[in-house]
Amino acid sequence: MAFDAQLAMTNSVAKITLIGSLDASSAPRFKEVIEEAAVQSPTKLVLIMNNLDFLASAGLRVLIFAKQKMGAAVDIYVVGSQGPVLGTLEMSGFHHSVYIQETYVDA
Amino acid sequence: MTSTNPAAVRIDSLEARIDYYPTHEIAGFRLRPGKPFPFGATLVPGGVNFSVFSSHAFSCTLVLFEKGADEPLAEIPFPDSFRIGHVWSMMVFDLNCETIEYGYRIDGPFDTTVGHRFNKEKILLDPYAKAVGGRDIWGTPPNWDNQFPYRGRLVFEDFDWEDDRPLEIPIEDLIIYEMHVRSFTRHASSDAKHPGTFAALKDKIPYISELGVNCVELMPVYEFDEFENSRRHPDSGEMLYNYWGYSTVNFFAPKAGYAATGRLGMQVDELKTLVKELHKNNIEVILDVVFNHTAEGDERGPTFSFRGIDNKTYYMLTPEGYYYNFSGCGNTLNCNNPIVRSIVLDCLRYWASEYHIDGFRFDLAAILGRDPWGAPLSNPPLLESLAFDPVLGKCKLIAEAWDAGGLYQVGSFPAFGRWAEWNGKYRDDLRCFLKGDAGKVGALAQRIQGSPDLYGWNGRGPTASINFITCHDGFTLYDMFAYNEKHNHANGENNNDGGNDNDSWNCGWEGETDNFWINDLRKRLIKNAWAILMVSHGVPMVLMGDEMGRTQNGNNNTYCQDNGLNWLDWGLAGKNADLLRFAKYMIAFRLAHPALRSRYHLSNHDYMGSGYADISWHGEKAWCADWSAESRMLAFMLCGKHAKSGTACDEYIYVAMNSHWDTKFIELPVLASDCGSWHVAVNSGMQSPEDIFEPGSEPVLGDQQHFLIPAYTVVVLVAR
Repeated sequence: MAFDAQLAMTNSVAKITLIGSLDASSAPRFKEVIEEAAVQSPTKLVLIMNNLDFLASAGLRVLIFAKQKMGAAVDIYVVGSQGPVLGTLEMSGFHHSVYIQETYVDA
Repeated sequence: MTSTNPAAVRIDSLEARIDYYPTHEIAGFRLRPGKPFPFGATLVPGGVNFSVFSSHAFSCTLVLFEKGADEPLAEIPFPDSFRIGHVWSMMVFDLNCETIEYGYRIDGPFDTTVGHRFNKEKILLDPYAKAVGGRDIWGTPPNWDNQFPYRGRLVFEDFDWEDDRPLEIPIEDLIIYEMHVRSFTRHASSDAKHPGTFAALKDKIPYISELGVNCVELMPVYEFDEFENSRRHPDSGEMLYNYWGYSTVNFFAPKAGYAATGRLGMQVDELKTLVKELHKNNIEVILDVVFNHTAEGDERGPTFSFRGIDNKTYYMLTPEGYYYNFSGCGNTLNCNNPIVRSIVLDCLRYWASEYHIDGFRFDLAAILGRDPWGAPLSNPPLLESLAFDPVLGKCKLIAEAWDAGGLYQVGSFPAFGRWAEWNGKYRDDLRCFLKGDAGKVGALAQRIQGSPDLYGWNGRGPTASINFITCHDGFTLYDMFAYNEKHNHANGENNNDGGNDNDSWNCGWEGETDNFWINDLRKRLIKNAWAILMVSHGVPMVLMGDEMGRTQNGNNNTYCQDNGLNWLDWGLAGKNADLLRFAKYMIAFRLAHPALRSRYHLSNHDYMGSGYADISWHGEKAWCADWSAESRMLAFMLCGKHAKSGTACDEYIYVAMNSHWDTKFIELPVLASDCGSWHVAVNSGMQSPEDIFEPGSEPVLGDQQHFLIPAYTVVVLVAR
């Protein structure tokens, strides 16, 4: 499935919905969206991954970039990640840097 | 946005600077002269700095590939002006670091008589590559025609370690568990989600924690090729691999095939996550490192890296240009050449700082003390450099103090106040005593004290001695007492491989048996080994699976077996639950008693005024040890008031070791009234659960003056 990343800002919460495969070819697009979100100084970053079906090293690097870019004060929530994507997050240790949730309810 | 922070203003202006800008363009790539240091491929703003050393090359070309592609994406010759001394360096801009693989073509003389083997047809792996592609999934047969089999990859150093760092557990408090990453979880019984990987090992940390060991020593995890010298068994047709991995392809890269995420290029992240989780559980990580040779073998071997970059520098060569073979593996790394010394240092610093590794065990380390012509050095510069290196200052340095060329340095390895040694004499003497050989009690007494005969003469304490009875080389502990002879036919070498000096005893039957008495005796001997190892001064090391009776069916050299001969069968934890329980409590016993974990040798005197020497020796009669040639029984008592040289307080500990075939009626030393009474911690002659008691719950001994110790039994008492 082709990659897509959509940003929505609500009450200082940046919600990015990821769809498809996050690999070396799609990672630059995801990075652009992260930067777009960062300039709006969100208090929270929510990554909706229900429909993200693949995460490669390049995608992980952008997730780490997001953590660095947002700073320690901005909590990052990874929502709905499943199967291999969740496994990859856990095996690479990134799950320690974020909050992993099954669902997310807009405030 | 304008910052009010003056420091931020300065940073803003710095960010506006352009330090790295392209000055050249070749083949469509924007370039500039690179930085000679550090060697390897280093990410810099906007690009990658490539730097490679060769003292005899004429020219060098950077070869770039798209990941996995057969043909190069580009070949970029280093302009001559980009070479400083013997180092070619170049910055290449606008590379997609996630999709690039790189190597070098190096042109130079081919004259084997003087040691040069340049071949510009080869695309070579950077010795400093931080990740290697080409063997991403374990056991996937490679394309043998691939012109670039091992491919350098770029690595981001963005792992979030939080507050982790090496644990720095005092070495005398370590209990080392030697293990093979794949073997630990590859067996179906492990129930691992990703069998045989770093991730699966991480999921088993609760087991390791519960066992009580606080250090894992990982057999090689550097990139190696399991297909090196792979072949089919001539009779069974089974595939035989380079399974253990003692043959390095690259010293800086973790083995991708050990990572569940290796196919995604995340082996670095996965291994770091494993180290971080082990540290969270107070478990150190020691890496088994193989700097004595490489996977390029001798003149008949492949050329994929060192040989084609600078053969004469990296390898020890005979005057005729052939390879010295002190490793038994075809070639010998030229470790005391200053360039090679640097790569070893750079490598270990990298693992210590980037992976937070706690220590290193050096395979065939005696080679590291040979000069470029093979002669042993009295003051080897590499060993000295490692001992005094600031980054490695708190790392454990452990030598396998011998090599395949006959240099045996147990007790005499150049230690520089830092190095510990695998104590091969501990292994040999303990094995002989355990199976009931006569004339071993004197040696046993030395080994139990941390081998002062080996290390005391030059001021080294018991922590110089890594005590072990089994390791990956040789029989497992179960097989030690189930086989008299090796049974290595599965290796396809007509049973000629592997050592013949096993010092093992099959207890009356070669291999598996239903005989209750033989099996009972075997288990008792295993427990005896655990007990003596855990009450010995020095640093104990145990082999993965010995806590649950792992067998290799009598194979004492399973280097090539990717099957049940090496894979840990977790069903044994249930089948031999009594052994596992014994091992667990024996470890707990050691950790509960500081009297067993001193940095300094025992004096055999009472310097605390307790009325008892720090260690005293006993036999069937208290205070009268039998040191005669036919003796097979020895007992000793540790005075709790001398624990850790009198700086800690502990209970008195009495240990009786009977390797005689007869029961012995032994007299116990009488204790002063303030020492309490004897309690039974261990009696390996009893069936579980009476064979060992959890520390703190030991029952009081009925007869405080005597003890009837069965044949082949170890008894441990504590006084409180």
